[in-house]
Amino acid sequence: MELLANLILGFQTAITLTNLMYCFIGVFLGTLIGVLPGLGPTATIAMLLPVTFTLPPVSALIMLAGIYYGSQYGGSTTSILVNVPGEAASVVTTLDGYQMARQGRAGVALTAAAIGSFFAGTVATLLLAFFAPPLADVALKFGPADYFSLMVLGLLASVVLAQGSLLHAIGMVVLGLLLGLVGADVNSGVQRFSFGMPQLADGIGFVVVAMGMFGLAEIVRNLEREEGGTAEVTKITSLMPTKEDWKRMVAPILRGTAIGSVLGILPGSGSILGAFAAYSIEKKVSKHSAEFGKGAIEGVAAPESANNAGAQTSFIPMLTLGIPSNPVMALMVGAMIIQGIQPGPSVMTEQPALFWGIIASMWIGNLFLVILNLPLIGMWVRIIMIPYHILFPAILVFCSIGVFSLKNTQFDIYLMALFGLLGYLFVKLDCEPAPMLLAFILGPMMEEYLRRALLLSRGDPTVFFTRPISATLLGLGLLAVIAASIPALYKKREEAFREE
Amino acid sequence: MTLRNPKDFWTGIIYIAFGSGAIIMARDYGMGTARKMGAAYFPVVLSVILIVIGLISLLRSFLRPGTPVGRFPFRGLMLVTAATALFGLIVRGAGMVIALPVLVIVSAYASRKFSWRTSIYLSVLLTVLCILIFLKGLGIPLPILGSWFGS
Repeated sequence: MELLANLILGFQTAITLTNLMYCFIGVFLGTLIGVLPGLGPTATIAMLLPVTFTLPPVSALIMLAGIYYGSQYGGSTTSILVNVPGEAASVVTTLDGYQMARQGRAGVALTAAAIGSFFAGTVATLLLAFFAPPLADVALKFGPADYFSLMVLGLLASVVLAQGSLLHAIGMVVLGLLLGLVGADVNSGVQRFSFGMPQLADGIGFVVVAMGMFGLAEIVRNLEREEGGTAEVTKITSLMPTKEDWKRMVAPILRGTAIGSVLGILPGSGSILGAFAAYSIEKKVSKHSAEFGKGAIEGVAAPESANNAGAQTSFIPMLTLGIPSNPVMALMVGAMIIQGIQPGPSVMTEQPALFWGIIASMWIGNLFLVILNLPLIGMWVRIIMIPYHILFPAILVFCSIGVFSLKNTQFDIYLMALFGLLGYLFVKLDCEPAPMLLAFILGPMMEEYLRRALLLSRGDPTVFFTRPISATLLGLGLLAVIAASIPALYKKREEAFREE
Repeated sequence: MTLRNPKDFWTGIIYIAFGSGAIIMARDYGMGTARKMGAAYFPVVLSVILIVIGLISLLRSFLRPGTPVGRFPFRGLMLVTAATALFGLIVRGAGMVIALPVLVIVSAYASRKFSWRTSIYLSVLLTVLCILIFLKGLGIPLPILGSWFGS
């Protein structure tokens, strides 16, 4: 049983007192920031990333994984209690979760979300442990052309999942790729688009872009619709689901886990697609479909399970291929590189303790979530009630110091302010920043693989269509874009997003 | 020809501006060939795609109706970015005890619910917290009192 041996190695790495502590701190801080209205996982991780730099690699990644789950669960909490989703993936949770809260069943909704997430997390962790090694073997067969096409697929998928115009989303991707190229060209050493500034010689930091576009721009957006009074939080009476609730939860959790796990592996999707799909499928198959949108527990359990399963399995392409499938994973890749680890198929064989340690800590992180969140819910509620005009200067302070601490330079603070302006402008023009951030990370990698692929093919671009893996990946990408632009489906996509 | 979709129009303009700017800057980087890509190859290909997308968007803005861009919240936008930039500008010179309250108070002024009392309390609290977490805890080299005060 190699799997068992690997998992044991993983747990041995993760279960040291220090690592458990970092996992705990990660989950705690992640939830703490994640419950702040309007801060999704991307902004949360970007903000907390600097905290992990001083730690050894294993601890840092364990803590980051904890932050990720924590922030995601925090987002679900705000979705249920105040109808404010932290990010696209928890939009669906607001539909029935908030209705349940209004009926005085907020506690039950939170428990359903926590249990669903924990179950999904456990299954997805096992899936990850099971499928990562064979996938890493497949990854070794990937040539440069295949890597390039995989990244194209990931970017196209993120375009399809973005809100607003398809054309503009593709434009954002191209712009992101271009911005990613700022700095020294690895191949020739030529300084590109750096305006002669030495601070830009190593390129623009991805945390700077993420904090500007997701942190600052979001603050301006929230101030714009600032309304009177604080968020109205529903009272939590009982956390315990009734016997009837338990019965109704089981099947949706199982289905949500399955859907979320499968869709999470796809590049470009992460947890968003899974949550949407799980909700709509549940609505179709449920005996109680009439109650959907009016506080059906299935409508919370299914997308929350899918959400968490997808969050977990989206680690698969990142850990085996080194290719991030969404902005959160892109931040993880960035963190690994800062720690001196080049993500890719070799991590598993060269640093098994690190690899399996992260996988084991995912499960531990999920366990902490359940232990931490249900008893501490009173505290999270109090944080949610902090009025925004007190909150946002604090967010700004943490963003500014955080971004400074990356390279100890004020330049990055100015750059973050600039990206804040740019990010707001794009939001105003209905251009979503998420695909751009993913493209920003992938830019240099894509160029490198394109260069190598064309070198091997002696400049023949047909190589992308003649290699079976590459052709399949590109075909899938094309299919996704065609599907999204067919009028009937396009309408569906619009509808799915309008539910916000 | 009437402009029917301002969002498409301005997005198109931005994409074309970025694309052409990049091509102009990349002209000395060396194109190379497909077989041996130069430093300019990939950026120029991307810029051309971006310009084409921009042009389509521009064209479309006269054909397909859309919604207006909406008002810009200049107060919020300017104060938030200015406060951030100002913090960067003075943090080394003045130190955290001055730069942080400046950041907090200037940015807090962006809110319609601004009050001096709350902002001052908040800036004291955040300054103490940041000194404890970032300076003492994480060892980030930011001065408590900056070089302008001779330390």
